[in-house]
Amino acid sequence: MYIYDLHDKTLIGERVAQYRRQTDDYLAGKISDGVFLPLRLQNGLYIQRHAPMLRINIPYGMVSATQLRTLAHITRKYDKGYAHFTTRQNIQLNWPQLEEVPDILAELAAVDMQSIQSSGSCIRNVTSDEFAGINADEIEDPRPWCEIIRQWSTLHPEFAFLPRKFKIAVTGAASDRAAIQVHDIGLQVLKNANDEIGFKVLVGGGLGRSPAIGQVIKDFLPAKHLLTYLEAILRVYNRYGRRDNKYKARIKILVKAWTAEVFAEKVEKEWQQEIGSPSTLTDEVIKNAKAFFTSPTYENLNAVSCEENLQTFAAENVAFGKWRDRNVVAHKVAGYCAVHLSLKPTGVAPGDVTDSQLEAIADLADRYSFSEVRVTHHQNLVLGDVKLSDLPELWQAAKRQGFATPSIGTLVDMICCPGGDFCSLANAKSIPVAEAIQRRFDDLDYLYDLGDIKLNISGCMNACGHHHVGNIGILGVDKKGEEFYQIQLGGSAVDEASLGKVLGPSFYAHEIPDVLERILNIYVEQRIEGETFLDTHRRIGTGPFKEFIYAKAA
Amino acid sequence: MPKLLKGNSVIDNSWQVLAKDFTGALPDTPCFVPLEYWLANKENLQTPETIGVWLDSDQEPEEIAGDIEDLQYLAVNFPTFTDGRGFSIARLIRDRYQFTGELRAIGEIVRDQLFYLSRCGFDAFCLAPLELDQETRSFEDYLSPFSVTYQASANEPQPLFRRKQG
Repeated sequence: MYIYDLHDKTLIGERVAQYRRQTDDYLAGKISDGVFLPLRLQNGLYIQRHAPMLRINIPYGMVSATQLRTLAHITRKYDKGYAHFTTRQNIQLNWPQLEEVPDILAELAAVDMQSIQSSGSCIRNVTSDEFAGINADEIEDPRPWCEIIRQWSTLHPEFAFLPRKFKIAVTGAASDRAAIQVHDIGLQVLKNANDEIGFKVLVGGGLGRSPAIGQVIKDFLPAKHLLTYLEAILRVYNRYGRRDNKYKARIKILVKAWTAEVFAEKVEKEWQQEIGSPSTLTDEVIKNAKAFFTSPTYENLNAVSCEENLQTFAAENVAFGKWRDRNVVAHKVAGYCAVHLSLKPTGVAPGDVTDSQLEAIADLADRYSFSEVRVTHHQNLVLGDVKLSDLPELWQAAKRQGFATPSIGTLVDMICCPGGDFCSLANAKSIPVAEAIQRRFDDLDYLYDLGDIKLNISGCMNACGHHHVGNIGILGVDKKGEEFYQIQLGGSAVDEASLGKVLGPSFYAHEIPDVLERILNIYVEQRIEGETFLDTHRRIGTGPFKEFIYAKAA
Repeated sequence: MPKLLKGNSVIDNSWQVLAKDFTGALPDTPCFVPLEYWLANKENLQTPETIGVWLDSDQEPEEIAGDIEDLQYLAVNFPTFTDGRGFSIARLIRDRYQFTGELRAIGEIVRDQLFYLSRCGFDAFCLAPLELDQETRSFEDYLSPFSVTYQASANEPQPLFRRKQG
């Protein structure tokens, strides 16, 4: 992974000093609440329902064992001994003290971590695919490009006070695992007919109150022009994005108002003025960035004999076989695999980990996966480079720590926001709904039969739980002070991305498990061999679900 | 006398900023005229030592591109300090239109923006009296809190990756 050089270290050290001074001035009454607000947000500090919340960047999802141990230490020393992995490859502390945040940032800086621009109306943490660099379907490793974007966006002087937050995601695979279609800018790394690297550029995707799928404004941007082109997009957005209404301030609203064609023309015109400027990438900077993401020293393994041994072990341990089927992913190197560590055990908020679990994850990474861990946008973790022969041992170790819930990709591997239990924006609780669903659907064989289903839950229309792109989405709404839940069907953030459609009138929390069961029954009755829930829904539409659910309810 | 931060020292500011809809005769003091006024009357406003032009955040700096060589003072207004359009306008004025005179940030700006403002090309800052007077720290802390910058900007034409190579 990327290693900070002296420049990077100096910059985050100076950032800590700057934020310490800002905090001191605020506490001394020399900075008003209104002025301090964007300053603290640009260091990741929200004021939440119960306490401040600090969001820490994990750029494009890569985190080291050393960094995880520091996070564990921080949760113990400054918080309540746990932390929360988000859907955008960040980690959040729920209970830090405002006065102690500069100290937390200093401890993070010591292990090359920061929270620069992790919230606020600025360019946020750049995200990517958790299988970057290890999956066989990859065209090009997206991480060197993510790192180039990370540096470019960090303390960018022109784009710190945008109309609204701005999120960039990069995928290097044929299949979109980074949800680039629901980002303000989505970049797909690809190669043209001459084998040159470039980017397909999408703009205007996003969730929130007005969900939208991103639209292509450039089919092939030669790689060296990456930063000048991004600057052109950001400059057009910074100058013309709406600032009169925060719900209409995202770039998707501007793209929609102008149309993608007009937006693309404006960007092109701006970009033509800057083409070839010094921000154009040099071969050397590209080479240097790539040098940080070379393959680790893989051993030459006999994949065939590894596989035979695993088959034998699975025959004696049915649970191992099930875990492997769901939680282990193929690797581009023979004899290796990638392993999901599930953060979705029943009864725990999705994405939550304790201090000792963070340390256990670090130990597993040291022992089995070159001391690196990847954070997924489904709020799980991945050990990226595990020897097949280590799988039985790793499975047992993961089970002991509660990471072996064999449910990756199934109904109960939910994305869920912190909801009304923690968040001051939420209209409704989300975590108890997730738990009720996990308790109802606890039969693994049934879950496996249902296959891949994405269930996403948001506690309000800000959509932090990405309910629009869940195959089944649940949205908490407030009606006259009571919490209700609306259900949407048919959303997806991968490949042929789509936004879910509302099923009908909303339900009480206690009705959700029953309603879900009836939805799943329709799928099981209607599916054709091999169809996933999404396939079936796309074939038959929402109608049959709607008729059945509301007929029964009446 | 109102004050102004110029470079990193606080100096007297005798300049007036005329309202966006200003018409009529100019005052005796040095002043920034609004863009519309400039465009309508520029033939009669050729005393660049005492007449500058100010742009609001929703105005197009392209409109004065042809006049840049005739001007010594420009100002860009920040209606609120979170309205970041002025940062882009400043970069266009400096980088694209090559303005070399004084570029003043007016309106609502705060000390903690001085670093970004100066990197975008501003070199004079109309901070609120409170922001100027109460200050016990050196303005240098706000103008240059970082010794490292990644990007090319108005006061640093090369991005860090090219500076490292050099």
